[in-house]
Amino acid sequence: MYQYDQYDHLIVKERIAQYRDQVQRRIADELTEDEFVPLRLQNGLYMQRHAYMLRIAVPYGLLSSKQMRMFGHIARKYDRGYGHFTTRQNIQFNWIELEQTPDILLDLASVEMHAIQTSGNCIRNITSDEFAGVAFDEIIDPRPYAEVLRQWSTFHPEFLALPRKFKVAINGALEDRAAIAVHDIGLTVVHGEDGAIGFKVMVGGGMGRTPILGSVVREFLPWQHMLTYIEAVMRVYNQYGRRDNKYKARIKILLKALGVEEFTRQVEAEWVDLKDSPSTLTIDEMARVAAYFAPPAYETLETIDPASFHVESKPFANWLKRNVKPHKVPGYAAVLLSLKKTGVPPGDATAEQIDFIADLADRYAFGELRVTHEQNLVLADVKQSQLFKLWNEARAHGLATPNIGLLTDIICCPGGDFCSLANAKSLPIAAAIAERFDNLDFQHDIGDIELNISGCINACGHHHVGNIGVLGVDKDGSEWYQVSIGGAQGNNPAIGKIIGPSFSSQQMPEVIDRLLHVYVRERFEGERFVDTAQRLGVAPFKEYVYATPIKVGHLVGEDEYV
Amino acid sequence: MFESRDEIIKNRVVINDDWALLRLDEDEAADTVAIPAGKVIVPLAVWQAQHAALAARLPDIGVWLGADERPEVLLDDIAKLTVIGVNFPKFTDGRGYSIAYNLRARLGYKGELRAIGDVLRDQLFSMQRVGFDAFATRLDRNIHDALKGLTVFSETYQASWDEKTPLFRRHQRQNSDGKNPDADIASGI
Repeated sequence: MYQYDQYDHLIVKERIAQYRDQVQRRIADELTEDEFVPLRLQNGLYMQRHAYMLRIAVPYGLLSSKQMRMFGHIARKYDRGYGHFTTRQNIQFNWIELEQTPDILLDLASVEMHAIQTSGNCIRNITSDEFAGVAFDEIIDPRPYAEVLRQWSTFHPEFLALPRKFKVAINGALEDRAAIAVHDIGLTVVHGEDGAIGFKVMVGGGMGRTPILGSVVREFLPWQHMLTYIEAVMRVYNQYGRRDNKYKARIKILLKALGVEEFTRQVEAEWVDLKDSPSTLTIDEMARVAAYFAPPAYETLETIDPASFHVESKPFANWLKRNVKPHKVPGYAAVLLSLKKTGVPPGDATAEQIDFIADLADRYAFGELRVTHEQNLVLADVKQSQLFKLWNEARAHGLATPNIGLLTDIICCPGGDFCSLANAKSLPIAAAIAERFDNLDFQHDIGDIELNISGCINACGHHHVGNIGVLGVDKDGSEWYQVSIGGAQGNNPAIGKIIGPSFSSQQMPEVIDRLLHVYVRERFEGERFVDTAQRLGVAPFKEYVYATPIKVGHLVGEDEYV
Repeated sequence: MFESRDEIIKNRVVINDDWALLRLDEDEAADTVAIPAGKVIVPLAVWQAQHAALAARLPDIGVWLGADERPEVLLDDIAKLTVIGVNFPKFTDGRGYSIAYNLRARLGYKGELRAIGDVLRDQLFSMQRVGFDAFATRLDRNIHDALKGLTVFSETYQASWDEKTPLFRRHQRQNSDGKNPDADIASGI
């Protein structure tokens, strides 16, 4: 993976000094809170309901065991013993003291990490495929490009006060695992006609209040021009994106207002002057960065069927089926450690688990880990012959729930329990649903399904692209939940459609049950929930869900949720 | 309404400022507002409405642009202007950065480029990078403190107006084998 050189270290060190000074000036009241807010946000520090939350950047979701252990250290020393992995492949800590944040950054810098631009109206952490470099369907490893973009966007002087936040994702595989269609810029690495490498450039996707899939503004951009072209997009957005209404300020609104043709014309006109400028990438620089992502020292192994050695173990078979993914090198596999054990908030890991996972990475996976945007963790390079041993170890630490891609692999934002933006709690809904459908046989029968829950319209829980999406809404001061179906990420992205009036938290598990009932009744053999939902549309689901009143059962909200 | 101030930051030092800045009040019109003698920075609308008279007073007239105004409209005058201001209505409004960059990089403006409005210490480093060389910092803050904002970073990744080439072209950076050609050169290897 990428390693800092003297310049990266210098920039991060000077950043910490700058931020420490800003914090001191805030405490001394030389900066007003209004003036301080954008400064701390660009360092990942949010004020939440109970305390500050610090979001730490995990560039494109890749981290070393040493960096992982630092998270454990931060959880213990500065927080309450756990961390929360996010849908931006980052980690956040929920119980932080402002005065301690400069010291946390100093600790992070010692392992080449920071919290730069993890929030605020700037270019955020660039996300990518959690299986980058090992995916069997990969065309080009996107990580070197993500790293080059990370550096370019870090403190870009012109783009630190954008109309709104700006998210970039890069995918380099046949299957899109980076949800590029719902990003402000979504890049896909592709081969041009002559075999040259470049990008398909999508702009203007996003979730939030106005979910829109991105539009292709350029079918093929040679890789050398990545930075100058993105600079052109950013400059158009910085000048013309709306600033009068924060809900209309994302680039998607500008693109829709101008139309994709006019938007593209403006970008191309901007780019004419930038093309071939010194910001054009060089072969030397790309080769230098790419070398950091060279494959680890794989052994020459035969592909085996790990299940065949343990036919007696159904749990192991289930885990292999759901949590183990194919690898492009024979004899290896990529393993997902589930952070979605029923009873635990999705994406949470304790300091002990964090340390243990770091140990697993050292012992099984060349000391590297990835964070997925579904809030799980990946050991990307595990020998197939060691899967059974790894499974036993992970299971003992609550990290082997065989539910990847299943109903209880819920994407969920921190919601009203922590976040001051939220209209409604999301974690208790996730907990109640997980509890209701904890039966693994049932989950495996239902098969692939993505249940995404957001506590408000900002859509941190990606509810728009959930096969089932749940959105917390506020009605006259009480919390209600709006349900949509048919959303999807991946190669055929879709925005879900709302089925009807909202529900109370206590009704939600029954709502899910009724949706699944219709699916089971209507599905063709082998058909996934999302395909059935998209084939039939909302009507039959709506009819059944609302056919009879849903009783409010025993309390499954916060009273029961610990 | 004319704003005058004692000092600005120019070329990284605090100097006396002998310019007055005109902001139109609601009851003032661009074509009729009287521009007193002396050095005055006028809004773009005034510059356009009274162009002949004001152009005759150059170089004692400067022009300032609002965040929603386009620098290209100054193209015909750009070689003659010695002071252009760019207004930041709020320090979180970043349009002025692109206006400044365009004035310098596209329109080739060589004179003083002055940030006006909600101009604060913590934004000065970025402003300087995109081409501002003068800062009319907010009057309720100490201008000498604000100077510190100009020297926050000694190295930057990307090109902008102040540094035309990105880090990867300026330095031979460290390779994945840990070799650092720059350091090797420095240590005489």
